[in-house]
Amino acid sequence: MVKEELKTEYMTINMGPQHPSTHGVIRFVIKTDGEIIHHCEPDVGYLHRSIEKIAELMPWQSFIPYTDRVDYVAAMNANWSYCMAVEKLAGIEVPERAEYLRVIVSELNRISSHLVAIGAADMDMGAYTPFIHALRERESINDLLELICGARLTYNYMSLGGVRFDAPPLFKEKTLAFLDHFEPVHEQIHRLISDNHIFQKRFRKVAVVSADMAKKYNLVGPNLRGSGVKFDVRKDEPYSIYDQLDFDVPVGKGFEGVVGDCYDRYIVRAEEIRQSVRIIRQCFDKMPEGDIAAKVKRVLKPPAGHIYVRTETPRGDAGYFISCDGKTSPERVKIRTGSFTAMSIIPELAKGLFIADLVAVIGSFDIVAPELDR
Amino acid sequence: MDILIQTIGDIINADLGSPLAAFIALLLVSLAILGFMSLTAGGLSFIERRVAGRMQSRIGPNRVGPQGILQFMADGLKCAQKEDLIPDGADRLLFKLAPVLCFIGVFGTFAVLPWGNGFFASELNVGLLYLMSVTSLVVIGMLMAGWSSNNKWSLLGGMRSAAQMVSYEIPVALSLLPVILLCGSLSFKELIGAQGAMPWDWNILNSPFTFISFFIFFLAALAEGNRTPFDIPEGESELVAGYCTEYSGLRFVFFFFAEWANLYVIGAVAAAVFLGGGHLPFGLESDIVSLLVFFAKSFFMVFIIIWLRWTLPRFRVDQMMTLCWKTLIPLSFVMLFGQAITLLIYHELTFLQSIVSLVLFAICVLVGVKFVSRVLVNIKEQKYKMMHTLTGS
Repeated sequence: MVKEELKTEYMTINMGPQHPSTHGVIRFVIKTDGEIIHHCEPDVGYLHRSIEKIAELMPWQSFIPYTDRVDYVAAMNANWSYCMAVEKLAGIEVPERAEYLRVIVSELNRISSHLVAIGAADMDMGAYTPFIHALRERESINDLLELICGARLTYNYMSLGGVRFDAPPLFKEKTLAFLDHFEPVHEQIHRLISDNHIFQKRFRKVAVVSADMAKKYNLVGPNLRGSGVKFDVRKDEPYSIYDQLDFDVPVGKGFEGVVGDCYDRYIVRAEEIRQSVRIIRQCFDKMPEGDIAAKVKRVLKPPAGHIYVRTETPRGDAGYFISCDGKTSPERVKIRTGSFTAMSIIPELAKGLFIADLVAVIGSFDIVAPELDR
Repeated sequence: MDILIQTIGDIINADLGSPLAAFIALLLVSLAILGFMSLTAGGLSFIERRVAGRMQSRIGPNRVGPQGILQFMADGLKCAQKEDLIPDGADRLLFKLAPVLCFIGVFGTFAVLPWGNGFFASELNVGLLYLMSVTSLVVIGMLMAGWSSNNKWSLLGGMRSAAQMVSYEIPVALSLLPVILLCGSLSFKELIGAQGAMPWDWNILNSPFTFISFFIFFLAALAEGNRTPFDIPEGESELVAGYCTEYSGLRFVFFFFAEWANLYVIGAVAAAVFLGGGHLPFGLESDIVSLLVFFAKSFFMVFIIIWLRWTLPRFRVDQMMTLCWKTLIPLSFVMLFGQAITLLIYHELTFLQSIVSLVLFAICVLVGVKFVSRVLVNIKEQKYKMMHTLTGS
């Protein structure tokens, strides 16, 4: 008698680049056993636009609009990283008022970016209404940023040595009015979704990243803090005027689960929004009058050398390495972003998870495809 | 004999004994049901989008017809014009059959659904059983759609729906059993007839066990109808669109037609079996009024389902199965057993039933008052200021 054996094999599924919850164009090749992921291979590069190479052909100032496109969910912060790097390289002093304006717009942008992040995570879990509510609030922030710089998504607001435009009349009043309106709404969104039992069931104890693992994979920003590591560039290596401002660094404490699970990363973002609101209020109190930009030569030739500058963007520590040979354009620009390292940890986390959990993991890491590929 | 068929038979003055006349009468009834079903499904798709719009601080469709009420017709026409795509490598026969089966499964239920207290398309003595069994066709349709599409996402969706719907049929049936015990019948007419006009005479408030059975039924029916938080087979963020990923045009419409019609079926069954059908107190009851009352109850249930959909996230597939097999099914067995004992006790102590019903009613009213007051407090606290008032300053 021939003994027949039942042959089984893994099913290879192509998740993306046109999958609704891969946040842009990210592709995963997943091997599944039924619904359980056995192997997951991210395929990055669908949004690669050679931004780093473009920088080498550009005058120093002209590259700023390109940094908008590096991370279009938080373009202000990306602007700032590059500007700060070049300013340090060329020894440009930024006026104090410009620093305050930079902090205000960056924190506004951080709020809008985190709103997208938590909203998209909600939508990945099947809850549409919180997502729409979050985007509604983001729309108001876009209005404010449009007021100050004329653009709603890719701002190109910062310039070498300061900012391009001063705050228009009523900008302060409108921003403060928005914050007064926003704080209760944020709590409402929180009550609607973060405290929801089903939502917590989906997020807690899923894809736990321990502090060691987070450091090993070089996670940054809220993803790192979600694992309980208290590190924030704004606090630990303060730049600009952050050392004069009073704010807390929220870390994951295992709310409703284990330290470093999806829910922790999610809650850390929600908490950071509150801290940003605090920062903006303080900035408006302290903001001095004065110039908004230092005088910078039109044809800029910084001294030869290289520099690495890091700032805290919504997706974590964004580093700009610039090598300069004393010419009118950079010799080499290397951008280091949080999404890329977050992506690198996914294959390890995905093993043994459900397909639905993979969606939760991508959502909780807040991966933004253009920042990932550049 | 069927009441409605008789009425139509009277109208066309034909003796129903002749096969042709009976056929014509049945055809007319079916067409009437089809028209009703289309209007309900289309209307519900419109209502759902408007309700969702209100919940998400947007407007929703408001262009076609007064307040956008004809939007579903525009959508239907648009879909009818779309190219009918069948993917390469699809099992063509099954692919074409699947939407039809889904549709039939839901359409079949309308045969026994009551319209008010007096109207039935067909007064089957096993109405509830028939309804449960004919709904199972939907599972086959979805599984077929998932399998035949030659798409792995569809396949996963089809498998999920098969697992989900087969599992959740059990709690649905089990949670209806206490009521069947209570009324001693499977026919909708008698189920409605056994209930009274006032809320404490409804089946839901008969005992704590029927009360909980109602919620089990509601949850399980949500899962059977693929509604959030159980919309796992078509979970957009996970499975693209689940079993209907590859469908386009009218075939796609058929699936969604069935889904929205099913929404009404859930509401109608809940209204007929648990919520007292179309009875009205104080001698106000007549056939037409009972029809309106019945629709009001059904659409209230449908509104709650829509409300849930636009509020809750969805379960994960294993959590959903756990909920079914480890919570709902054992619980519904307990309810069945409990109701059986309760009936024995009620038999001995008749006055106890009215006391229990009144107490349950009081609890419901208290919960309702608490809920409304909380909503009012929330509204007061929020002091919503929309952005246009801010930028206008």
